[in-house]
Amino acid sequence: MTQISRRNFIKTVGAGGALGLFGLAGCGSDNGGSAARAKVVIIGGGPGGATCAKYLKRFDSDIEVTLVEPNASYTTCFGSNWVLGGLANMDDIVQGYDALKTTYGVTIVQDSVTEIDPAARKVTLTNGDTLPYDRLVVSPGIDFRWETVEGLDASTASAIPHAWKAGEQTRILRRQLEAMDDGGVFVMCAPGNPFRCPPGPYERAGMVAHYLKQHKPRSKVLILDAKDGFSKQGLFQAGWKELYGDMIEWVPGSQGGMVDRVDVNTRTAYSDGGLNEFKADVLNFIPRQKAGAIAHVAGLTNDDGWCPVDQQTFESTIHPGIHVIGDASVAGAMPKSGHSANSQGKIAAAAIVLGLQERPMITPSHVNTCYSLVGPDYGISVAAVYHYDEGGIKGVAGAGGVSPADAGPQFRQQEADYARGWYASITQDIWR
Amino acid sequence: MRRHLHKGGAICILLAGIATLPLVANAEVSRGQILASTCFACHGTDGKSPGTIPAIAGYPPEVLERQLKGFRDGSRAATVMDRHAKGYTDEEIKLLSEYLGTLK
Repeated sequence: MTQISRRNFIKTVGAGGALGLFGLAGCGSDNGGSAARAKVVIIGGGPGGATCAKYLKRFDSDIEVTLVEPNASYTTCFGSNWVLGGLANMDDIVQGYDALKTTYGVTIVQDSVTEIDPAARKVTLTNGDTLPYDRLVVSPGIDFRWETVEGLDASTASAIPHAWKAGEQTRILRRQLEAMDDGGVFVMCAPGNPFRCPPGPYERAGMVAHYLKQHKPRSKVLILDAKDGFSKQGLFQAGWKELYGDMIEWVPGSQGGMVDRVDVNTRTAYSDGGLNEFKADVLNFIPRQKAGAIAHVAGLTNDDGWCPVDQQTFESTIHPGIHVIGDASVAGAMPKSGHSANSQGKIAAAAIVLGLQERPMITPSHVNTCYSLVGPDYGISVAAVYHYDEGGIKGVAGAGGVSPADAGPQFRQQEADYARGWYASITQDIWR
Repeated sequence: MRRHLHKGGAICILLAGIATLPLVANAEVSRGQILASTCFACHGTDGKSPGTIPAIAGYPPEVLERQLKGFRDGSRAATVMDRHAKGYTDEEIKLLSEYLGTLK
């Protein structure tokens, strides 16, 4: 699309002689007219922020897009369970920003935002520099509510990993699994709703079981859940039974699964005020969650710790001019997933472009598809189509749902192939 | 793909040097484009899939429309597309098929 724009530009110049035509935001907008190009700053280079950057440029290559991201690359949470299971390497789930820069013309600033000034429309970086914006997109992902469990905090995550932000945490958990003796118990504590990637803990259980079945077959996987039910539950449980027999056990919240205290030194989890005690050889505690830190610093969050938005445009209902997308946002019926963030990044980009053009917003449509691997050749999925309707994002009745319960091995194999295809496609759609 | 020049008919003319001018954008964002963009997460940007999921770029619109309706009414076998296609009206299927048909 950038190339088409260049051609059009040349044609315009050719026809108009020395007169250049400024489109859109350059005319009479509130950015003073001197720089004349609308400035959009995006905080966070994950699925939401990176998609939004790319699609802003695709929709309107004239907009100046700056993406602020502290890391030189992004390790996707999706696919990280496959690394734990030995189906993929860490290198396979690392994504870079070169294409956003060179193909789409996004300015990448490797830094963190320490402050947002919604009135002056600028953000401050750790080095003290400020970036002015006409529109700001905040896609900060999640942070953890460590205060909801006794005995754990950010400093204990190297001993008791969450591995719910991929990267070093994934490596730590994989190393602990490799170091575990045969016959050991892997205990995973799954969080209460809402949280990033609803099927994620249960895909992880299957992937860890796959690794253990091959290398440490006398071991156990124990899931202590804060909830009494979970995403794709019937499919997961049938798949676990089929592939791993009795290796995986799930304890619901009402039956002692809601862990409220952890002893780091003995790797012991306690539930129901100490009534139940679970000794782990590897303990993976996934804490309760809230919007990423900058959302709280900027006052974009509600009492629950998430960011309320106009669900048509993803503009904050607290601070105008700021769009919040991805896991941090309250997005109606949409789950907190990389796919949702990708979809929201596109819609926020469209809302920004149309807004700058003073055109009416187009009623958005979203999709979410979450593939999970139960085993290397055993994939399952949940899908949904969402429309904006009467002030909120709602699932379209009659559409979506999970893979059929009675499907045969060929269907499961095909969905396992599509799970890998989905990874290839969505990472291209986000970062390349 | 039509170019959008200016809002409200106002035209800004700059006499400054051409070399400093930005690229002039761009096509209007259309409803078909927005609808079709939701396909790209699985089928690749502009329908150019890099992996195991079928590419859909440049399909003849009438073929795509027929296939999507086939997924929707169950006459065409699917793993997940039946679940997706049920989420779209005839009009939406037509709009997104037409847009996908323009992609090369």
